[in-house]
Amino acid sequence: MAGNTAAKRGKAFTVPMTKHRIVGTSVPRREGRDKVTGQARYVDDMDLPDMLYGATVRSRIPRGTIKKIAFGPGIDWNEFVIVTPNDIPGKNCIALIEDDQPCLADGTVNHPEEAILLLAHRDRHLLPKAVEAVRVEYDALPGIFKMEGSEDRSEIIWGTDNIFKSYLIEKGDVDAVWPHADYIVEGEYRTGAQEQLYIENNGMIAAFDPLEGLTVWGSLQCPYYVHKALMKLCDLPADRVRVVQMETGGAFGGKEEYPSMIAGHAALLAMKSRKPVKIVYDRMEDMTATTKRHPSRTRHRTAVSKDGKILGGEIEFTIDGGAYETLSPVVLSRGAIHSGGPYHWPCVRVRAKAVATNAPPHGAFRGFGAPQSLFALERHMDRIAQAVGQSPVEIRRRNFLEPGQTTITGQTVREEIDLGKLLDRALELSDYQAKKKKFAREDQRSGSKKGIGLAAFLHGAGFTGSGERYLGSVVGLEASDDGGVRVLVSSAEFGQGTKTVLCQIAAEALGLRYEDVGIAQPDTQEVPNSGPTVASRTIMVVGKLVQSAATGIRQTLTACGKLGESYSPEEFRAACRAHVAEHGKFRSLARYEQPDEIVWDEEKYRGSAYAAFAWAVYVAEVTVDLITYSVAVDDFVALQEVGKVLHPVLAKGQIMGGVAQAIGFALYEKVIWEQGRMQNGQMTNYIMPTSADLPSIHVYFQELGNVHGAFGAKGIGELPMDGPAPAIVNAIEDALGVSFDSIPLLPEDIFDALNEKARAERGVPSARAGR
Amino acid sequence: MRAHPAEYELVAPGTLRVVLSLLAEDPGEWLPIAGGTDVMVQYAAGNLRARKLVSIWNLPELRRIEVSDDEIRIGGGCTYSDLQESEVINREFKLLSSAARWTGGIANQNRGTIGGNIVNASPAADSLPALLVYGAELLLVSVRGERRVPYRTFHIDYRKTQLEPDELIRAVCLTRRFSEYYAHARKIAARDAQAIAKVCLAGLGRLAGEVVEDVRLAMGSVSPVPLRLTQTEQMMKGKRIDPQHVEMAKQAAAAEVRPIDDMRSTARYRAAVAGNLVAEFLEQLRTGGSKT
Amino acid sequence: MSETSPGRTRCEIALTVNGKTVSVQVYAMERLLDVLRHELGLTGTKEGCGEGECGSCSVLLDGRLVNSCLIPALQASGAKIITIEGLATDGRLAVLQQAFLDCGGAQCGICTPGMILAAFYLLSKKPQPTRKEIREGLSGNLCRCTGYMQIFEAVAEAGRRGVTT
Repeated sequence: MAGNTAAKRGKAFTVPMTKHRIVGTSVPRREGRDKVTGQARYVDDMDLPDMLYGATVRSRIPRGTIKKIAFGPGIDWNEFVIVTPNDIPGKNCIALIEDDQPCLADGTVNHPEEAILLLAHRDRHLLPKAVEAVRVEYDALPGIFKMEGSEDRSEIIWGTDNIFKSYLIEKGDVDAVWPHADYIVEGEYRTGAQEQLYIENNGMIAAFDPLEGLTVWGSLQCPYYVHKALMKLCDLPADRVRVVQMETGGAFGGKEEYPSMIAGHAALLAMKSRKPVKIVYDRMEDMTATTKRHPSRTRHRTAVSKDGKILGGEIEFTIDGGAYETLSPVVLSRGAIHSGGPYHWPCVRVRAKAVATNAPPHGAFRGFGAPQSLFALERHMDRIAQAVGQSPVEIRRRNFLEPGQTTITGQTVREEIDLGKLLDRALELSDYQAKKKKFAREDQRSGSKKGIGLAAFLHGAGFTGSGERYLGSVVGLEASDDGGVRVLVSSAEFGQGTKTVLCQIAAEALGLRYEDVGIAQPDTQEVPNSGPTVASRTIMVVGKLVQSAATGIRQTLTACGKLGESYSPEEFRAACRAHVAEHGKFRSLARYEQPDEIVWDEEKYRGSAYAAFAWAVYVAEVTVDLITYSVAVDDFVALQEVGKVLHPVLAKGQIMGGVAQAIGFALYEKVIWEQGRMQNGQMTNYIMPTSADLPSIHVYFQELGNVHGAFGAKGIGELPMDGPAPAIVNAIEDALGVSFDSIPLLPEDIFDALNEKARAERGVPSARAGR
Repeated sequence: MRAHPAEYELVAPGTLRVVLSLLAEDPGEWLPIAGGTDVMVQYAAGNLRARKLVSIWNLPELRRIEVSDDEIRIGGGCTYSDLQESEVINREFKLLSSAARWTGGIANQNRGTIGGNIVNASPAADSLPALLVYGAELLLVSVRGERRVPYRTFHIDYRKTQLEPDELIRAVCLTRRFSEYYAHARKIAARDAQAIAKVCLAGLGRLAGEVVEDVRLAMGSVSPVPLRLTQTEQMMKGKRIDPQHVEMAKQAAAAEVRPIDDMRSTARYRAAVAGNLVAEFLEQLRTGGSKT
Repeated sequence: MSETSPGRTRCEIALTVNGKTVSVQVYAMERLLDVLRHELGLTGTKEGCGEGECGSCSVLLDGRLVNSCLIPALQASGAKIITIEGLATDGRLAVLQQAFLDCGGAQCGICTPGMILAAFYLLSKKPQPTRKEIREGLSGNLCRCTGYMQIFEAVAEAGRRGVTT
């Protein structure tokens, strides 16, 4: 391929124009028209000629060995394509970090709903009955369903000690700090599993041709993750596996790693049958068999001075990874690194571990460990405030990180962030102080009680530490014969605005109109690997590479004299057309290079964990109904510093959507487990908020810029997930004077706590606790 | 979708007469399907045992509201939207129009029917407590004729009713004697829209001065069948609504209900909230009940 | 409407979809959702849950908003159906669709067809709805991406611009 490559050395990129024409405005969503007309094509909207439908026979027990598999009566099994582990050409695993997760259970099962074998048939209606007719007999083994059960190691269910991964983060000498503490504050905090609940269920279509190779189309976030997994599973070289992302109806991390599994299943059926195969889950299968947010337990022990300053502390952060390792080490990493929040810890020890249980593996979900550890921290800050006799506002103000100070991993805060001012602004916007006083005065004997609470937090954008260097993302910009340019990235659009903003960036960088820039559908045959669409990295990291690639295009055209220093869009297009006519289509590629100042020690887990942090203060106002014990969030203020807002409507939409999911995380969404299986796998009994349940969410931005991000942007996709839950539970404590340390927090839990409190006050012995 | 459409038969005769003769021909063989908001959910989940269905959707004999001087007859085929759009129901039977607004979302209200709700007999059904306090009577119809049964005897046990296999609910009859009553209903669920009730209350009351002359309370989701709180009612009749009596009523209600622990909630929560709802009702009756 | 389905074979059902009368050979218990998507190729109507909870399958049937995953084909015989494909005319977007674009009402887009139809239904009954009426009118349509706020703005904006019916 003829073309120039442009390597960037991590220097700040300067744009010829001094005023941004496109970036910073709310241009129309690139694929919006198709979405509002019903023309957008999701995987289940596509059929291929001769296509079969696939389905999965799944384990009904949490752990055991498979004794026998019988194909029951009432089904003509000759009509079915049947795939067992013996049909796997390559390695029976879903390649990710480890290869411990089988694609199909081979002799043993380690969680309910684990895939055992696959069926395909022309008539999709026959499949559920066929799945039911496969009789699997097991020799059951004892299962572990709680983190504590995993920790006591009465059963070893993974590796040698049930621990997928552990990290130790140390700063300073925390053992020396306890004698100097005026207060030692302890707390234990828990968060439950949460289902991503994208409205489009997981789905894939696979087709195999012995010469062309394997192609899969599907609902996914990371085409190259799927590509890598399929190569290994199907024993095919890179150029004989093609992965195409179709319009994806929501993902939130739930389609980061799981699609490799369902793609593997569709691929195996397609390879065996030599026909295209479509697998689309129904809601119950998707809920019960695919990943959820890792449940967590965090224990804090903090040394505090009498004027409310954190002297040091120990943090124990444990997450439940389910039955196989999948991405647990990375979730653990992010959760551990965020466990200190936006505060200065002179010394700290964080012991983090991810443990195995016999549940379907837990996985990526927006925030990726940070919502868990930040829930704990922000609840703990209110606890510290109480112990010391200070307000939640003051305790935070006194401990905020300042420029020049270091985080718990020893990363120096280099930007001029003033968290005290950010806090002040949030308090002003929410009328916090006046409301807090007013609510305190109101009579608790009335039918309801109001409260207000806040949370301060941060979120690191991009892959942790050396992660971005390891990814080595490549972005392309291709000049076409019509004079326009096309962005080539593997970054997926699934509602967050990838396509729109990357086109804005390219247009801005090249001095073109938004309409002059197109973007290729992520297809591993077409686009380079710009890394997975995760970790709030797309606009910041990938967008910056788009900017760099743009330079390459301009350099090419300028170097051969077709373009001057400044030009109009029409002149650019003419120059481009001319060059393509002479030399053919050309591409400019840009590869990620780690900026020199981002230094990370993977061994000691110290250094600059992220290229940029976004900072936020959120305030929640709640009413607790004392007749029904239910909580309504009445109003919500979300204030964040995000570098630069590249598209105001999209940025606001990301924050509001994240806050809504986090309100669900705090108050509504409970996974009911029975022996490792989700019992409430339907939308009627897994409760997510409807339009009637959510408050007005007021979104405000501050912009300090970011030298490492496209046009100064920082990542914001996950940030809004971190703050609402602790802000809400803090507000509930403000209302009721009762501390809750576990989410989801349901009316039943509030009733039990108030009932306990009333009994304690009357001197009545404790009723049974918990459910 | 976990059912194969080819395994099911669905017919739509179009008149009540033909539907009834079909039900009589093969009692228990044919499952009537009206709006489908219950049956189709079971079907899609692969849980529908019936293989033969007869559509009673939009039968003119069932989808109408007849108003006479002393009673209204709501056809069993009336949808929740029909109930909400009926002037007489909004004016004189507010508990029913409220319940209709709470049941599912708008799309399901446009299809779900009162007859279907009754026959499905979920103890969590939103409109059934209202029918209890209004002292409804059901007009049941079959080829053998019509019979009228008091609604309070219709539910025998959890999801078991008096309905014979060849019968349909032709109408729900409500006597027009409650417009002078104070009416209050509340549904408690996991979220504010489109959720199955954890507890719900329908209440009617009438004061004579400051004393309770009549009180009628019914609750859903607190026992195997929709429950009339007769003991709590008896306790309050003839009493003043003061803090002492309200507390007694609260305790009585919490003791009278027989809730369970299930996926949606706990028995102890339901019992406590039942008591709280009754107390709330009485407070509201006290302040709002004497003006009618 | 007097029809019978002779045992477990397909039957012919005629219905009007987006103004066009069509005839399909389907099982009586085929879901209307599947008839639209598979028989008629109108894939704009989506399946999110199959249990009438998410509203992604919403269509207008004889002028009423319904969940098409809960309607057996036979019951749609002779009905007038409007799907998302029927809203834009002659390649021009309907007012609601444009408002959704302008206000950020669609993110991933999977709830959008059902949501737009629910909004269309609401505006047909309440041309200038209050925020509360919009909340309630859309409460049967779940969106996981937006947090609903920009959807409310889109509906209010469409009301202001005047939705053509």
